[in-house]
Amino acid sequence: MSAQGSKFDFDIAVVGSGPAGLAAAALAASKGASVVLLDEQTEPGGQIYRAVTETPVRDRKVLGPDYWHGAELLGPLRDSGAVHWPGSTVWSVARPREDGPDGERRIQIGLSRNGAAAMLTVRHVILATGALERPFPIPGWTLPGVLGAGAAQVLLKTSGLVPSGATVMAGSGPLLWLLAWQYLQAGARIDAILDTTPKQNWRAALPLLPGFLRSPYLGKGMKLMLEVRRKLTVIGNVTALRAEGGLAGEGVLKSVVYTRNGTEHRLPADTLLLHQGVVPNLNLANATGCAQRWDEQQRCWRPTTDEWGATSVEGVSLAGDGAGIGGARAAEEAGRLAALDALHRLGRIGREQRDQSAAPFRAALDRALTGRAFLDTLYTPAEAFRVPADDTIVCRCEEITAGAVREAVRLGCSGPNQAKSFLRCGMGPCQGRLCGPTVTEVIAAERGVSPAEVGYYRLRPPVKPITLAELAALPKTDADIDAVFKH
Amino acid sequence: MTATALPRPDVIVIGGGLHGCSAALQLSMRGVRVLVLEKDHVARHASGVNAGGVRQLGRHVAEVPLSVASMALWHGIRDLVDDDCGFESHGQIKVAETEAELETVRARVAELNALGFTHEEVIGQEELRSLVPAIADHCVGALVSRGDGAAIPFRTTFAFRRKAIALGARFQEGGAVTRLARKGGLWSVETADGGRFEAPVVVNAAGAWADRIAAQVGEPVPLEVIAPMLMITARVAPFIKPVVGATGRTLSFKQFPNGTVLIGGGLLGRAVRDENRTELDFSQVSVNARTVWDLFPCMRGATIVRSWAGIEARMPDQIPVIGPSGTEPDLYHSFGFSAHGFQLGPIVGRITADLITGGATDLPIAPFRIGRFAA
Amino acid sequence: MFRRLPEIETAAEKVSFTIDGRPAKARAGDSVAAALLANGVTACRNTPVSGAARGPYCMMGVCFDCLVTIDGTGNRQGCQVRVAPGMAVETQNGKREVER
Repeated sequence: MSAQGSKFDFDIAVVGSGPAGLAAAALAASKGASVVLLDEQTEPGGQIYRAVTETPVRDRKVLGPDYWHGAELLGPLRDSGAVHWPGSTVWSVARPREDGPDGERRIQIGLSRNGAAAMLTVRHVILATGALERPFPIPGWTLPGVLGAGAAQVLLKTSGLVPSGATVMAGSGPLLWLLAWQYLQAGARIDAILDTTPKQNWRAALPLLPGFLRSPYLGKGMKLMLEVRRKLTVIGNVTALRAEGGLAGEGVLKSVVYTRNGTEHRLPADTLLLHQGVVPNLNLANATGCAQRWDEQQRCWRPTTDEWGATSVEGVSLAGDGAGIGGARAAEEAGRLAALDALHRLGRIGREQRDQSAAPFRAALDRALTGRAFLDTLYTPAEAFRVPADDTIVCRCEEITAGAVREAVRLGCSGPNQAKSFLRCGMGPCQGRLCGPTVTEVIAAERGVSPAEVGYYRLRPPVKPITLAELAALPKTDADIDAVFKH
Repeated sequence: MTATALPRPDVIVIGGGLHGCSAALQLSMRGVRVLVLEKDHVARHASGVNAGGVRQLGRHVAEVPLSVASMALWHGIRDLVDDDCGFESHGQIKVAETEAELETVRARVAELNALGFTHEEVIGQEELRSLVPAIADHCVGALVSRGDGAAIPFRTTFAFRRKAIALGARFQEGGAVTRLARKGGLWSVETADGGRFEAPVVVNAAGAWADRIAAQVGEPVPLEVIAPMLMITARVAPFIKPVVGATGRTLSFKQFPNGTVLIGGGLLGRAVRDENRTELDFSQVSVNARTVWDLFPCMRGATIVRSWAGIEARMPDQIPVIGPSGTEPDLYHSFGFSAHGFQLGPIVGRITADLITGGATDLPIAPFRIGRFAA
Repeated sequence: MFRRLPEIETAAEKVSFTIDGRPAKARAGDSVAAALLANGVTACRNTPVSGAARGPYCMMGVCFDCLVTIDGTGNRQGCQVRVAPGMAVETQNGKREVER
């Protein structure tokens, strides 16, 4: 365990280098705090600005101006003096119950880098772990050839790869339209977009339209969606979906079957790209012990935070989509607010200075969140795609169906944690990231209670798998840790 | 949340872990009306998340008679609870890494033999390698108990609960016992969620919270709340059948039929019992990993997907409290199993039922009396 | 199935590696998972539970469906590792042998 004055001891660690993490690390370090920015990826940007420093897609109109904004966050980080350790997978964040020998309580961070593990100590952690795609459980979603639309966008950003062969996109939400638009710019083939946005969502969202009309991003989003609708085949009101493989339903994706107005249709497909919004990537916060709550509007769990992003665990704050979905611009401002509050808690700035400096960021955050309620309501996924039928796999790792979860409920399983014990549901390497929201909703629906009542998985470190060898060789001294970072 | 509409139970069992469920089952089998009060949900703590070892091997000599009797129940577990509980018997092995350790286990067997117990045997390097081909070359022999094995803890505890309910037991989950008092030959028990229950007899099987129940009747006990840590790997091809421990260091190592490997043995994290929470200590997890690195070289590249800890009670002498209260009539204790109570679950439930319905047990429980801690 | 945008395909710095022993090419900077998809390999493993085929799904390190054996080390997340010259990538079937 590193001690005070060690080079593996920092004032602040920021986990995740998307917009929230980049902005938080840059601001905190520019005010003189020692800051380490940790990220699993080898390049900064997070998922939204993935590969922004090195994407092979140099034609800027393909990925669009919102993507290239990410590059503007890198200069301030470079100039700030923050230490950036890419390729570092954080698998544990823990605040000990007792003070250290020097009377200070330091948060311990377990991370892996280049196949070796190490522990760092810090006084404050800002988790900027972002979002992940909401699970989209339909029959056949585990077949090779079925990917998340976000995954396809990563392939485009990092490698300039676009689908070839018969390609179907399905679902709802801004990212689906954005990706389709990017494919249009790149000249990629899309055979059809199956829009699963429920008809009644438009009615529910309408009262929120005035707010959305004030959003600075409205014009862009609408223009992009209209262009896609004009140039591509968009099939609306899709109420059921399944992906089919070869003869025995095995092998890889061959076709997509969808239901519209009560009638089934089949499309041949080599690639199916699914998307129905994003949810907070909360595994690390959850495993750290941060309290979380069910957000009925966004239909997801989110860690509980105050207006600065502070969680229920002292010294741990959250910024960006990991604390609730607000989008990239909101994340950036939330990162700055969390950094100011961390500086204040560390005694580097006074309360007044914190509040004064925060004013412009808070105003920008409010602007960025304008119209969000409209989008949340319009793009709330249909119940059929959140609470799937019995034959649909919900836990991809352990191959547990919705029917098996319902059967366990009938045997006395009252929530996701018992589902783990009954079924091994959520016990695979993904640690519930791909099934958690679904399992909560399936159990809630089966029991006839609210998702808030059934709760969520209690997640435990390591939040990302590590090898036994790494754990066994967990370095104890600075020299040992040095070796981890020498590569 | 009151039970006024239902008939008054004969016995209230406080705690819905394996020991509470086992007592409830054994009492229900004899026609006794039982109510189990569980503060969270059945198998929430140690009973649901322990390593599942079903072990006679290496037990404190005072526990050996109970453990041997419990083992007989485990081998017929399906007859008892209508579920095999995932119980498989491929033996438990405690490896000796040095000649000195081998001497220690030889002395252990001699001690047991003198007491008339023959379930533990010493084996040499050759047999160790045939039982555990993956064991490191330096291991010189082992202590083995061939009838031992492992079961699935949550499934086991739920099977006991299910069978008890089928025989008429009732379970009330979600309210911790806040008050226990005896008046006019009747116990009155109050729970945090507003419940109030009465019964002539109470069983304290409250695990890591049992000292608080005992304290209510003026019987304080030096119970330590501990959090033994476990970790589990991703699925790997089957390569080992017995459960393996070590003589010179802390280890419990076993592979489930699904391929995952469970690693534990009792290295401790920190328990925060008032918050139902545990914290892991990765410097200790690392020690555990190092042991596996040494004893199972093939495991070095295995991926650890999760680690956790349960909340358990440990007594200063590492053996449980079993038997009647020293201060109050019609109160029986069953707690403090010190991180090795899972195997004893079936028999201790029967002992408790024997004490309640017949006033005696044929097993030697004197070493476990609560009075041993009285000043 | 995925293809490279034409202007990138021509400009790309090529990396030679192998997939199950067969020679393959990728672009420097590709993740192993991207390199597999670019080479027409959609399925990269069979699950240890049912033996069903799986391929890359999330491309951001959360789904663990793109697990492959890389240079002899199993269960690596293909989307989190960059392809390197001479790298030996193997698809994975069922439960891994514990020794590798």
